[in-house]
Amino acid sequence: MRLSIGIFLVLFSAVAAAQSTLDSVRSKGFVSCGTNTGLAGFSQPDSKGVWRGIDVDLCRAVAAAVFGDAAKVRYVPATTQQRFTSLQSGEVDLLSRNTTWSFSRDASLGFNFAGINFYDGQGFMVWKKLNVKSAKQLNGATICVQPGTTTELNLADYFRANRMTFKPVVIDKLEEVMNAYFGGRCDVFTTDVSGLVSVRGSRAPNAADHVILPEVISKEPLGPLVRHGDDRWFDIVKWSLFAMIEAEEMGLSSKTIDQAASSKDPAVQRFIGATGDFGKMLGLDNRWAFNIVKQVGNYGESFDANLKPLGFERGLNALWKDGGLMYSPPIR
Amino acid sequence: MKRVVFQGIALGGAVVLGWYLVANTLDNLAARNIASGFAFLRREAGFEIGESAFLAYGAADSYLRALVVGLSNTFKVAIAGVVLATALGAVAGISRLSGNILLRAVAAAYVEFIRNVPLLVQLFFWYAVIAEALPPAREALQPLPGLFLSSRGIYFPLPGSLPVLEGFNFSGGGHLSPEFAALLIGLVIYTGAFVAEIVRAGILAVGRGQVDAAQALGLGRGATLRHVVLPQSLRVIVPPLTSQYLNLVKNSSLAVAIGYPDLVAIAGTTINQTGQAIEGIALIMAVYLTISLTISSLMNWYNARVALKGWQA
Repeated sequence: MRLSIGIFLVLFSAVAAAQSTLDSVRSKGFVSCGTNTGLAGFSQPDSKGVWRGIDVDLCRAVAAAVFGDAAKVRYVPATTQQRFTSLQSGEVDLLSRNTTWSFSRDASLGFNFAGINFYDGQGFMVWKKLNVKSAKQLNGATICVQPGTTTELNLADYFRANRMTFKPVVIDKLEEVMNAYFGGRCDVFTTDVSGLVSVRGSRAPNAADHVILPEVISKEPLGPLVRHGDDRWFDIVKWSLFAMIEAEEMGLSSKTIDQAASSKDPAVQRFIGATGDFGKMLGLDNRWAFNIVKQVGNYGESFDANLKPLGFERGLNALWKDGGLMYSPPIR
Repeated sequence: MKRVVFQGIALGGAVVLGWYLVANTLDNLAARNIASGFAFLRREAGFEIGESAFLAYGAADSYLRALVVGLSNTFKVAIAGVVLATALGAVAGISRLSGNILLRAVAAAYVEFIRNVPLLVQLFFWYAVIAEALPPAREALQPLPGLFLSSRGIYFPLPGSLPVLEGFNFSGGGHLSPEFAALLIGLVIYTGAFVAEIVRAGILAVGRGQVDAAQALGLGRGATLRHVVLPQSLRVIVPPLTSQYLNLVKNSSLAVAIGYPDLVAIAGTTINQTGQAIEGIALIMAVYLTISLTISSLMNWYNARVALKGWQA
């Protein structure tokens, strides 16, 4: 349905080059953020209907930077098939939906990826009773997968490279594809390891029945993306993410940022907007980064609140100085 | 004259609107740096397809070939569906007029229940029954020797080839995947209920006197039905039956919900992979239009054959 709305918008909307994304976001009063339809830890409504997850936190960080209020977000859940059309057509201002940054998406779909908020890789989950120890033993297996994802392509590549065959069962909605796997239609479910951990922890009737195989067959850098052609908005989303990472590195958290005003460290003074005019350079309030950290938290806080309870380790997503890949260019 | 002017204005308006849509779309796509055109059809698809009705296919083949595979899967389920729904509908429709009360009641219950539950719900039901309620492959049910029912679908023996459990799955013999089986069963049962009503209406439209005359001539019940009633009722049956065939073909696109790789499913993946939604949707529409117009013209030709000669609308 959303696909057809998107196409409708592309067909009928006039070319709106005049108004920038920032202006249109300001005039409507909220950030329209494309999210997953429900992936625990990334974007999913909690029992009270409040959206939570690290992808959701990025939407909130952008709202905090633009409005000084992290609550001014409207969430637009999209399936894997709908997500790109909803961004292309302008229905959402950014997509923060565990989406892999790949060459063809960046180059041919008319998008810019604004950084990486989770380093991931594709893995396999299998029924424990099948006694499979390695992905190399999956020849002939039936594999549940969602369509239109890099997952689907990596899967085909991996089996071709290892001269194995498989039968795909391709279903769009996460709920339906999970039912098919947990119902025994497939031997294997494949998606990013983060998704496997999340699904096993939150949806499996009995988590102990399923094992995640050791092979990680691809690089899946997940991050937010925006449309081509609005560099100012691209910068805002990019630096909202970097501000969360930089805050963790500087030791600033939602609890300590209020005391940062008395810090003598010039980098901290610049970060919270007490000196310099970095906010103005983005067309935002000078306290943009302060608001992000105050209302949303730093990257580590977001990770600990959303992903740690599901059993995630920091791993590649630790700060660079702790042996991970999370690294923000300097804010100066 | 006035009519011609108004129709000319309407036509002109439609042309201008069409031109505006095309030009505006191309502007929008260019402004957003989105690729357009059909060059993507030759690129390597890179994804696997669960089953292919006629063509061999691998991930190294092109998007075009993938779409043709999807189309062949649509044909497979549509053709089998039309044949089986016609047979089921004819049996159920005739049963509703039977002298046997039990048969009549069963047929009536079938029609009323099935017609009034949405098709998508029925498809989810059949898919759940086959994929989730049946046991895993290694514990497959074997109601007849060589016939295996499991969550992997239905395996049946073919001349010279028996299904054997190997590794994760069966090999050899014939195979109906759970997705295909669920879609086919769902479409046949759903469409069959409508066909049953059409058949019943067609039979009731034949004058009572025709049956009396046939019986007066000494024809039995079966012979009366075959030689007197059905040939005349076809005139009433064929036009609405055409609509049901068209519905069945179009409804087969619900396959996407239960993972059967029909044209819409493959085109959906292609759109997502290439980002070229407008081209993809245009292809889907063109293909369904072609199929539907073909069925319509075949049925119109058949209708002309069974219609009363010399009678014109």
